[in-house]
Amino acid sequence: MRGYAGKCLEIDLSGGDFKEIRFPDGVLRDYIGGRGLAAKVLWDRFGGRWEEVDPMGQENLLTVLTGPLTGYYPGARLSISGKSPQCNGIVGSTIGSEVCIELKTAGYDGLFVSGRAEKPVYLWVTDEGAEIRDASNVWGKGAIEFLKHINRVGREDLEKKHPRKREWKEPQSVYIGPAGERLSRIAAVTGKYTHASGYGGYGAVMGSKNLKAVVVKGTGPLPEVADPPRVYELMQEICDLCFVNDMRRRWGTGYLGHDVGFRLSSEPIRNWQEEWHDERSFGVDKFEERVWVKRYWAEFGCPTSCLKVATPRAGKYVGSISDNPDYELQAYLGTNLGIFHPEDNVHLSALVDDLGLCGIQTGNVLGFAGELYQRGILTEEDLGFELNWGDTDAFARLIEMIVHRRGVGDILAEGTHLASLKLGEMKGVDLSEYAITAKGIGLGAHGIRSGEDYTGNISYCCSVQGGDHTSISCLPIDHGNSELTTALHDSGVYCMFNTYPPGTRDRLWEFFTAVRGWEMDRERWYATDARRIIDIQRAALLIGGPDLGWKPRLDDKNPERFYDPLPTGPWAGKAPKIEAVNAEVREYYDQMGWDENGIPTSNELRRLGLGTVDKKLNEIR
Amino acid sequence: MRFMSKIEKPFWIMRDYVKCSGCRRCEIACSLHHEGRIWPEASRVRVFMLVPGVEVPHLCAQCGDHPCVESCPVDALSVDPEMKNIIVDREKCTACGNCVEACPGRIPHIHPTEDYALICDLCGGDPECVKVCHEGRWDCLYIAKRETTYQYRLYAKRPEEVTKELAVMIYGEKGKEVI
Repeated sequence: MRGYAGKCLEIDLSGGDFKEIRFPDGVLRDYIGGRGLAAKVLWDRFGGRWEEVDPMGQENLLTVLTGPLTGYYPGARLSISGKSPQCNGIVGSTIGSEVCIELKTAGYDGLFVSGRAEKPVYLWVTDEGAEIRDASNVWGKGAIEFLKHINRVGREDLEKKHPRKREWKEPQSVYIGPAGERLSRIAAVTGKYTHASGYGGYGAVMGSKNLKAVVVKGTGPLPEVADPPRVYELMQEICDLCFVNDMRRRWGTGYLGHDVGFRLSSEPIRNWQEEWHDERSFGVDKFEERVWVKRYWAEFGCPTSCLKVATPRAGKYVGSISDNPDYELQAYLGTNLGIFHPEDNVHLSALVDDLGLCGIQTGNVLGFAGELYQRGILTEEDLGFELNWGDTDAFARLIEMIVHRRGVGDILAEGTHLASLKLGEMKGVDLSEYAITAKGIGLGAHGIRSGEDYTGNISYCCSVQGGDHTSISCLPIDHGNSELTTALHDSGVYCMFNTYPPGTRDRLWEFFTAVRGWEMDRERWYATDARRIIDIQRAALLIGGPDLGWKPRLDDKNPERFYDPLPTGPWAGKAPKIEAVNAEVREYYDQMGWDENGIPTSNELRRLGLGTVDKKLNEIR
Repeated sequence: MRFMSKIEKPFWIMRDYVKCSGCRRCEIACSLHHEGRIWPEASRVRVFMLVPGVEVPHLCAQCGDHPCVESCPVDALSVDPEMKNIIVDREKCTACGNCVEACPGRIPHIHPTEDYALICDLCGGDPECVKVCHEGRWDCLYIAKRETTYQYRLYAKRPEEVTKELAVMIYGEKGKEVI
């Protein structure tokens, strides 16, 4: 099987041991890499006693993986997974980072990290292998300070030890901030100041292992592919198709800040109490004119450069550095908090990025807190200050409290789902209607009520990644937006945005074939390979544990609020009908080969060769 | 490519750092052309990212005084009479690294696995990096007629030095703290 470096490295931080892992061709063929391979390895290792494995315990396995298409398909990404502290299932998260390129050029397809170091450490990986290095002096530091340090000492080390003379490029890193160190379940694995692998809460997993960062420098070529001329042609064809995708190139996802709020009416506003706004102050033109200092910013090989670099040039937030912010953070650290000014949005994004929080989960829990304050459930006494919609500095204070786990911040650091349970108990009220989550994970910033967005009735109901807006359940299951499709991108590990321009998806299957040298076809993927990955994730979610669990069928639901009619905008009065949602859920179960409770059937699992999953699921059938 | 054919030889690869998206398509194109593989560290142009958002493509400045050529103990480096780029004689080169140190920008680098120095050769007059940078409309790298000026030499700077200056231009005061 081509496209792979051929080996992975497992590092046990407790014992300081390293072990090379080589996967048989059959495993790589079926599970590809990234999200798929992570699901396979996690289930093989823990499936029999899934409920006992503590995501923040020593034994949890953090997976840092590339895929065969990483570096070849335009727009490289890195996959991060493990048992998730947010849902107790498996979330295949990804981050835009050149760590994936460094890993493959150092000769590794990925890393598996288990155990727990006695003191803070980081992993240093080069062509010569891996080392566990002391990170005491950067523990507690934010992204900017960390990268400043690691890029300097990393380059000095390479200069000193490497036999081949050169000006050394910086090693590439993914790291955690204080939020992950303090085991916040909404902590992300972060990189490049502004990039994050947020869904799943793997920042906390790294923190629980005392692992500050993974720092990699490779000097070799990318692994060989099966049909080089065709792969290089396909790369050019994909780039050519993306080059004409001018809207996304020029404005990134930033254009959605006004578009989703105004036209589609599906943007979270003040904790989803509304989904429509006509604030001209939040159009992408304002971001472009006021805060963007670099208009095209990209990951390795990317023709689209949907990212932009932003920093306020005037006002009190000068010195904050963020990307666009992209649509998700425009929404969650903007409209969802009643904030409609680019500089304020950049400031909050920069804050969560530097401290290592997931912008989506943080915006979700801040909105939740904001609504509790609005309704007098959380008070000034609880918080120590007023928390009015649109008050950027107040929300910034609350972010600091979450990161440092001070006061009510300690509860909010657990994420919206658990915070709603704990605060509800403290206050003696049911707060679930204010928690906009699915299976423990705060929803992405695309609502379903207007029916105009790409998200639909059951997007979040049956997703094996809960609220993840990039991995949604939809009908038919082989739809381009379906999580069976996302699982392909996240297992080949490249950016799904470069599969949006017309013509790109037609080339995907051939791309896989040309890289791997094994005939890949659409039918097989949706009928078999994707199902294996999704069914393993589904089983892990339904088994759950140790502290979160999801009931079959009953928890395949939308947040309660999504059944309240939209109060404002062109689709005011609109909301999904619960009967229609339930019918679609049942249809989804059917198409997936799941029973009436959403549990994959024995027949289906046996067909897929997932006997251990079948056996384990007997416990809840 | 029309815009390139109009430029007289010899030409110079101009660089406009702030336009660099950090996509590294130049590294991909360069290493494919010279090595037949995607090999960022064997690319003659390498994009440094000492500070995220402040990407610096680092490639031969095509200076007029050629300290690298002078530093070579085995006469492995020479200047192409037509294009004025540096030619590395792989047979003669011993990978001693003198040229790396002689260049004020430490731009030459030793091939990751072979024993010779890597220096941009302008792809013989049709630079691949410029093509891919132009097709993406970034135009961070583009070609310009070579004039009689001392200016080119100013681009032979170490990435760290460029980054320190660019970081201030991009991030303002904050840029002083990031590197």
